[in-house]
Amino acid sequence: MLLEYIPILYLMLVAIGFGVITVILSSLIGPKKMTREKAASYECGLPSEGFQYFQTPIKFYVFALLFLIFDLECIFLYPWAVHYNQLGLFGFVEMLIFICILLVCYVYVWKKGALEWD
Amino acid sequence: MSELLLTLAVKSVLVVSVCMLMVAYLTLAERKILGFIQLRYGPNRVGYWGLLQPIADGIKAFLKEELTPANADRKVFLLAPIISIAAPMLLLVVIPFGDTVTLFGREFTLYLSNPDIGILFVLGISTLGSYGGVLGGWASGNKYGYIGGVRSTAMMVSYELSMAFAVICVVLLSNSLSLVDIVHSQAGVWNIFKAPVAFLIFLISGLAELNRTPFDMPEAEAELCCGYNVEYSSMKFALFFFGEYTHLFILGCLTTTLFLGGWHGPLLPGIIWFFIKTFAVIFLCIWQRATFPRLRWDFVMKLEWKFLLPLAIVNVLATGFIVAIF
Repeated sequence: MLLEYIPILYLMLVAIGFGVITVILSSLIGPKKMTREKAASYECGLPSEGFQYFQTPIKFYVFALLFLIFDLECIFLYPWAVHYNQLGLFGFVEMLIFICILLVCYVYVWKKGALEWD
Repeated sequence: MSELLLTLAVKSVLVVSVCMLMVAYLTLAERKILGFIQLRYGPNRVGYWGLLQPIADGIKAFLKEELTPANADRKVFLLAPIISIAAPMLLLVVIPFGDTVTLFGREFTLYLSNPDIGILFVLGISTLGSYGGVLGGWASGNKYGYIGGVRSTAMMVSYELSMAFAVICVVLLSNSLSLVDIVHSQAGVWNIFKAPVAFLIFLISGLAELNRTPFDMPEAEAELCCGYNVEYSSMKFALFFFGEYTHLFILGCLTTTLFLGGWHGPLLPGIIWFFIKTFAVIFLCIWQRATFPRLRWDFVMKLEWKFLLPLAIVNVLATGFIVAIF
């Protein structure tokens, strides 16, 4: 079974090698005439102002947490789905209860307004 | 043993080079198809019918000057394009292009690897690819790049959810995580007829993961002047796009594998059927780009969290119920 992972190793080497070699080659070929203006960051042609890592809306963190919750739920469902034909209706009812608990959480999150973007 | 290792190495190099050639010509295909839809010619100057255009583009990108902004995080700035090309390229390893063929009296499988956890591997690595965008945006030291990177992460992780839930329906129907077993289970009826809603959810989330036009928030040309790759130039810039097109190719392959019956089809050999279906899906992805206007950022998040995610969860329950009853 470990044999199945040898091509993955090969392709990992090929993929990373391709990226690294391309980046190195492109930095070797091509002109290099650096000026101060070229090294400045491009923000629609205006001189850049302020700090680049400004405050990020808290919404992004909320969505990241919600993602964690639902992705965990999703991962629990995979082993269940693989053995579903052996579990039958019993497995369905079990998972119905599990998903319903999470759907209650989902409705709560929605009512709290965490899914609004403004 | 060493012969086996050698065979696998040759096969890996072959698969990567053929697929990368296809991906390079995908850029031409996209520009041609968009051109025909908009009553233009598309690229037609380099070679007959513009056929040498991808090569010319590659050479041009190599010969351009490479800039690194003064306030960029140099190491991460270099790392980001490598991640964004390596992750989708690595996914080629699990795509089952066909069943076995007999060459020179020996049997070869037309896929590189068939791990038991195939589909989880695909989901994991394709999410890893989004690191390219977010790190690139963060490291360029540019406000637009930063917003693009943050948006890219938020969108990727959100649409990852509905995609994973759609894939559960396929696993329910096939009772296996291995992509080859999933294709074998579709010998009679394709999964698209058994789980049409899951197919639509998978395709929409796939398009969002690709950052393609209805959902091109991370690289919004109008508001962020290209988003996370605004500070990139030369081949590093091209690597982001190459990664994106590789991802498009992978999406076509995955949709074919999971929903359209993989290599199954009458008359023609399996591998030809596989590529016919794959390019049909890719054509659909290019076509919708010319048809649909882009969504606003809050609508993108609303579509996922208030429509696709609950629909996908309920769809898993419905599919489970139907499978349990019959």
